[in-house]
Amino acid sequence: MGILEVKDVGKRFGGLQALSNVNLSVKENSVHAIIGPNGAGKSTLLNCFVGKLIPDTGSVLFEGQSLLGRKPHEINQMGVSRVFQTPEIFGDLSVMENMLIPCFAKRDGSFELNAYGSVASQRDVQDRAEQMLIDMNMIDKREEHAAALSRGDKRRLEIGMCLAQEPRLLLLDEPTAGMARADTNNTIDLLKEISDTRDITIAIIEHDMHVVFSLAQRITVLAQGTPLVEDTPDNIKGHPKVREAYLGETQVAA
Amino acid sequence: MLGLNKKDTNLLIIVAIMTMLAPFLLNPFPEGSALAQFNAGYPDLMQRFVIFGIFAMGFNLLFGLTGYLSFGHAAFLGVGSYAAIWMMKLLTMNVIPAIIMSIVIAGLFAVVVGFISLRRSGIYFSILTLAFAQMSYALAYSVLTPITGGETGLQPKPNDPRLLDPALADGVTPRAGLFGLEMSSSTELSIGGWVFTFNAGYYVAAVVMLIAFYLSIRIFRSPFGMMLRAIKSNQQRVNYTGLNSKPYTLAVFVISGMYAGLAGGLLVAMDTQVGPERMFWTASGEVVIMTILGGAGTLIGPVLGAGLLKYMENILSKINKGVIEGWFAWAPDGLDSVLIYTVNMFVGKQWHITTGVIFMLVIIFLPGGLVELGKRGARVFRRRDRKGLGLEPDAAKQRNAAE
Repeated sequence: MGILEVKDVGKRFGGLQALSNVNLSVKENSVHAIIGPNGAGKSTLLNCFVGKLIPDTGSVLFEGQSLLGRKPHEINQMGVSRVFQTPEIFGDLSVMENMLIPCFAKRDGSFELNAYGSVASQRDVQDRAEQMLIDMNMIDKREEHAAALSRGDKRRLEIGMCLAQEPRLLLLDEPTAGMARADTNNTIDLLKEISDTRDITIAIIEHDMHVVFSLAQRITVLAQGTPLVEDTPDNIKGHPKVREAYLGETQVAA
Repeated sequence: MLGLNKKDTNLLIIVAIMTMLAPFLLNPFPEGSALAQFNAGYPDLMQRFVIFGIFAMGFNLLFGLTGYLSFGHAAFLGVGSYAAIWMMKLLTMNVIPAIIMSIVIAGLFAVVVGFISLRRSGIYFSILTLAFAQMSYALAYSVLTPITGGETGLQPKPNDPRLLDPALADGVTPRAGLFGLEMSSSTELSIGGWVFTFNAGYYVAAVVMLIAFYLSIRIFRSPFGMMLRAIKSNQQRVNYTGLNSKPYTLAVFVISGMYAGLAGGLLVAMDTQVGPERMFWTASGEVVIMTILGGAGTLIGPVLGAGLLKYMENILSKINKGVIEGWFAWAPDGLDSVLIYTVNMFVGKQWHITTGVIFMLVIIFLPGGLVELGKRGARVFRRRDRKGLGLEPDAAKQRNAAE
């Protein structure tokens, strides 16, 4: 049984059946990609994992526990972190503060009324955040305003913030969208490194085939709200159904 | 010191010195001189400076840190005032129970208002808080008259029960005090042409303000304060970082309401009367203006903004046509009436126009308020120093490299 088990999930928006009969199993410590043409329901599916949307039918289990009906912060505290399509960081805060916040959330849980102690005196959290910035290769930017970072650095910071919480499952929603080639390659390398060195499962939604085929061990192809095939990258590349539904439309130098 | 870093400690010490020396600092002009009307060192106004400083400080904890713009904060001030006056009527004229009760009752009221209003954010939150405040105002005028005194308001009467106080002699009016020290008692000190007034009530309020200021620094520097700034910056990321933003915003809303209640209680301690107009929406708007004028999200800004607004309200409004005529007596006929007419538009009853103009200028040119003005000033000075030391070319080189 996988770390994330999706069974018969369906979701309807008015007259549009966005998802139907989605079955998916993400194996622990693997990198699992979900691909599909525009409007295939990838983002809707991801939103069903994190508590932003509740599916009309079916179930979503994380480590055997249902995620349905839970709030985003509850799901996060269970060990699921999410990276957004456009990096969601705290732009008004410094890079160090950005990193401190998930470290506090990891230590203190979803709410802690510590209005009297100073941030600077919390050594354990400070050390952790500092270590995370070193791991992310961002320690020299610690005092910088997060909004002033480059797109690639924002993404790196966001991933670092997610990792600071030691999630069991990391969800990425088109992490390289709108990035230059160099930044994309850096992100791929970073994700590879994370997947190789940490005890973590990565589920990734991606448009960029280069990213998908460099990272994923399993790929699910979604078309019109239903999974078409699930297989290894090599088999997906040559799959006739996939070519027809998806890859055939784009030029893939595979 | 006191668990603060060096910069914050210095700020606290400077504010403490300024408040303690306020009777001198705010009275720079000798008595009887033409400029004496610009002196602000009289007890009533000094008390207002610190009390509205507390009010704005509390408002800033909510608005400056989380970005939630409450448009009904005067309701907490009013509720605090009523709680204080009832303690004075029922228990004792000592200000301590009155102040404590004003904080408690305003805090409880804030739990209710916050719980409902914080279900929405942005403009809807503002409207909900405004609705609550106007509702409180209307209720105080009408159905709640038995406990608010309606239009006439409340004040301690000689025949109130006052369980802890000894009975008053005939014809003696009850006065607020602190263990025998009357709030209204003052000592005057004359040096040359100057007269400085030291008022007991002012110093009590000033000490309370310093404590409130210290606590506000602690909140700013705490993990809680950092979470609030995170909520202002990106609430979505907060939720996806495993943090529940609701209890955070409710907690700061209640703390903020308690600051407002404290200010209301202190107002009653200084001047033992209260009426519903204290909760009118313009009073809520005033605290918004104070905070933005001084610099929202900064530590000292709201206090400065409160001081500036109260100064204008009390000093500008006192300048009448007769005074202006005196100023322009030197001008030739024709010109003097033009000058008098022009200046008269901005003073006296029309002081709001001046406030409005200043507020607009601040919003447009100084979005960071008076604090930003101070920072920019400091930067200019620093640059001059550098020039003197021949460092300017280096700095310019660095800047160019950075660009």
